[in-house]
Amino acid sequence: MSSTAPREPMVVAEQVHKSFGSNHVLRGISLEVSRGEVMCLVGPSGSGKSTFLRCINHLEKINSGRISVDGTLIGYRENNGKLYELSAREAAAQRAGIGMVFQRFNLFPHMTALQNVTTGMVRVQGINQSDAEIEAKKILERVGLSEKLGHYPAHLSGGQQQRVAIARSLAMRPKLMLFDEPTSALDPELVGEVLDVMKELASTGMTMIVVTHEMGFAREVADSLIFMDGGVVVESGKPIDVLNNPQEARTKSFLSKVL
Amino acid sequence: MQSTNHPPIKAVPLRHPFRWAVALFLVLSAAAFIVDAAHRSAYDWKSFRKYIFDTRVLQAAGVTLALTALAMTFAITLGISLAVMRRSPNPVFRSVSWLFIWIFRGTPVYVQLVFWGLLSTIYHSFFVGIPDIHFNNFYLGFHQAISQNFSLFWIAVIGLSLNEAAYMAEIVRAGLLSVDAGQEEAATSIGMSWWATMRYVVIPQAMRIIIPPTGNEIVSMLKTTSLVTAVPLVTDLYARTRDISAETYNPIPLLLVASAWYLAFTTILMVIQYYIEKRFARGQATLMAAAS
Ligand SMILES: Nc1ncnc2c1ncn2[C@@H]1O[C@H](COP(=O)(O)OP(=O)(O)OP(=O)(O)O)[C@@H](O)[C@H]1O
Ligand SMILES: [Mg+2]
Repeated sequence: MSSTAPREPMVVAEQVHKSFGSNHVLRGISLEVSRGEVMCLVGPSGSGKSTFLRCINHLEKINSGRISVDGTLIGYRENNGKLYELSAREAAAQRAGIGMVFQRFNLFPHMTALQNVTTGMVRVQGINQSDAEIEAKKILERVGLSEKLGHYPAHLSGGQQQRVAIARSLAMRPKLMLFDEPTSALDPELVGEVLDVMKELASTGMTMIVVTHEMGFAREVADSLIFMDGGVVVESGKPIDVLNNPQEARTKSFLSKVL
Repeated sequence: MQSTNHPPIKAVPLRHPFRWAVALFLVLSAAAFIVDAAHRSAYDWKSFRKYIFDTRVLQAAGVTLALTALAMTFAITLGISLAVMRRSPNPVFRSVSWLFIWIFRGTPVYVQLVFWGLLSTIYHSFFVGIPDIHFNNFYLGFHQAISQNFSLFWIAVIGLSLNEAAYMAEIVRAGLLSVDAGQEEAATSIGMSWWATMRYVVIPQAMRIIIPPTGNEIVSMLKTTSLVTAVPLVTDLYARTRDISAETYNPIPLLLVASAWYLAFTTILMVIQYYIEKRFARGQATLMAAAS
């Protein structure tokens, strides 16, 4: 982990391939996300957006290519040109530094909002319970939920649950946050409160990759936008350019459906 | 909230005369039976009172409880291991687990107990080699009841646990499967190890599914211990009351004594189960609403 030069990107993916059996889902994805950049990933259903995010987090193993985050190869260690698979413990340590927010929140239903946030600090980082609680309260306040510390997920609205989920990830002090359609499962009137939290996060310089159908958010907040289809990057660039002036036929037809 | 402006409905409630008639009939029949039984000499309530707190009966009840507690402890531990093995990517573990469950669920527990009893005579030295346990004086009678039949007691525990483990494995497996895959994913994504994920995220949620049938299994085990006579172990509640009644020539009061103790224990277990289930229902919207 050499201290990296400020110009080095946070995420580098090179020719990433991933298959599930005979289903070749990712067919050579290459991209770079710089530090503090917010990248939106859009594309039709089944194009491999979720799979790509899960590969960055090593929840899925890639078949070929390489992904590195903050200058460190994900899932493997390279020694004299040879790759060695990381141990479960090392892989877990890598994941702890990469936050992930899911479409369906996946909060722990048997824990209160506060416990959802402290559990990673206590069980993974080994912080003691009372320090973790102090820190967790700050983070929950940041996402506007200081009133809901003792509530179980079942008693929170979808928007509140998703904000707890974001807080749970932030508690691990990640250097990168991955969002997989964070607002798709929400009632329309609750989308705004989650996007506001994400905007605030972006403004503090967090590096974020966001799979979303919220083109307004992409336009307003994202630094770059990638259009994926069939497991490849079809088009990429500044959100305004891609959204207002798409070059590829596939991008045009997709955007005409969602805009 | 709306009571001042909108008066509550005043209506004559629907009557249920048939329900009342049936209930009355049942209550009267039960009362008649109890009054009759209280006076009938065959029940011999005097002997019942004499033996219900008899030292030998109390010790036997202790043996039955010890058999249940030990057998269930081993069965739950082994059952969890078998359930986890069934999930393992290693095909050897999966096959061993499957084979174990196939054999122990597929043959009667009585037959298994006879078999372990016979096996112990074949491999005598092994079972004699199991060390004794020290009990303090307060439990001396109980201690003797166990230690005189020491190897038989442990053979019974082993026989009961192995059989029960097969059932527990299936219960635990269903519980683990009931937890949404997103839970494991979320825990993994914050850097939890596989074991921490199981321990703090998956198993606590699986508990809600595992506990009710496990409660049934404990109650069922309490009664299955009456089969240990197949080993043959004769210090448990049922065998002991049967032996006493062989001296008194009147089996009915002692059957009632045994039944009363079994019933008392299962009642206590039901109460404990109620509180445990409430505890593991934490975070369940529907259950919490129902409770409040
Ligand atoms: N664990 C898995 N096992 C087998 N196939 C999978 C698995 N996960 C994803 N796939 C397949 O990979 C393809 C891409 O799925 P993915 O979820 O990445 O798409 P997506 O772009 O996120 O779509 P959506 O917008 O619907 O979320 C699909 O054909 C899907 O069936
Ligand atoms: Mg997806």
